[in-house]
Amino acid sequence: MISCEKAKHLCDKSQYNESSLWERIKLSIHLYTCKVCSKYSKKNSKLTSLCEQANMFNLSEADKAEMKKVFDQENIK
Amino acid sequence: MSKHRLNPDTWIDLYADYLFNYAVSRVNDAEIAKDLVQETFFAGLKSAKNFKGDAAERTWLIAILKRKVIDHYRKINSNKGKAEVRMNYSAGSDSEGDWLEEQVADPFSKLENSAIENEELGLAIQSCLSKLPKKQNLVFTMKTIQGINTEDICNELDINPSNLWVMIHRARTSLMDCLNQNWF
Repeated sequence: MISCEKAKHLCDKSQYNESSLWERIKLSIHLYTCKVCSKYSKKNSKLTSLCEQANMFNLSEADKAEMKKVFDQENIK
Repeated sequence: MSKHRLNPDTWIDLYADYLFNYAVSRVNDAEIAKDLVQETFFAGLKSAKNFKGDAAERTWLIAILKRKVIDHYRKINSNKGKAEVRMNYSAGSDSEGDWLEEQVADPFSKLENSAIENEELGLAIQSCLSKLPKKQNLVFTMKTIQGINTEDICNELDINPSNLWVMIHRARTSLMDCLNQNWF
């Protein structure tokens, strides 16, 4: 049996497809017996699908750094 | 009533992604959107003394960005001919008399609505993200939106994997709460 702490960690990992088969089996056994974690797991998957659905765009850190540099020069003036 | 105040030093960290998302969904080009966001920050800085404090910082910046987007479309449409709308009815000339029906929107199509909804969802997620502590925001964005793998993030930010997963966990938990309140 794994603890709820561990289960949450495995659940987060599964959201990024980074858990092994054995970990997923352990998780699903835990989810079967624990209501709190299974609720958490459901919400977690929902968040993942929302993030995918939203089709978000982000500036890379490099872009932001560049922006900051130009902006700071202007800011000092 | 508390007056809002401008704090230009934090603008890029807090609002760059939010504004960028807004701009991309309107101009469909990452490079142009980036320029528009940059211009927005400049314009904001220049007219900071005109800021009355009635609106929140972000609302004010979005208002500037809106003008910038409009200006952008004005600029690329400056030739009169480009603004003209042309419709070609003769393409399917064998379907005589049907041309009007073909132009009517399909009431069963959900595509248009869901595109708008997804855009709003993106902005909602972005504004929830900006409420997170900076480090959590960064880790979550890198992992979820940019899809960088764990090892690379750990190297870049100089943290260990268990540290990363704790931050991911906290970020996800607060995001779920935030979206629960603001989206559903």
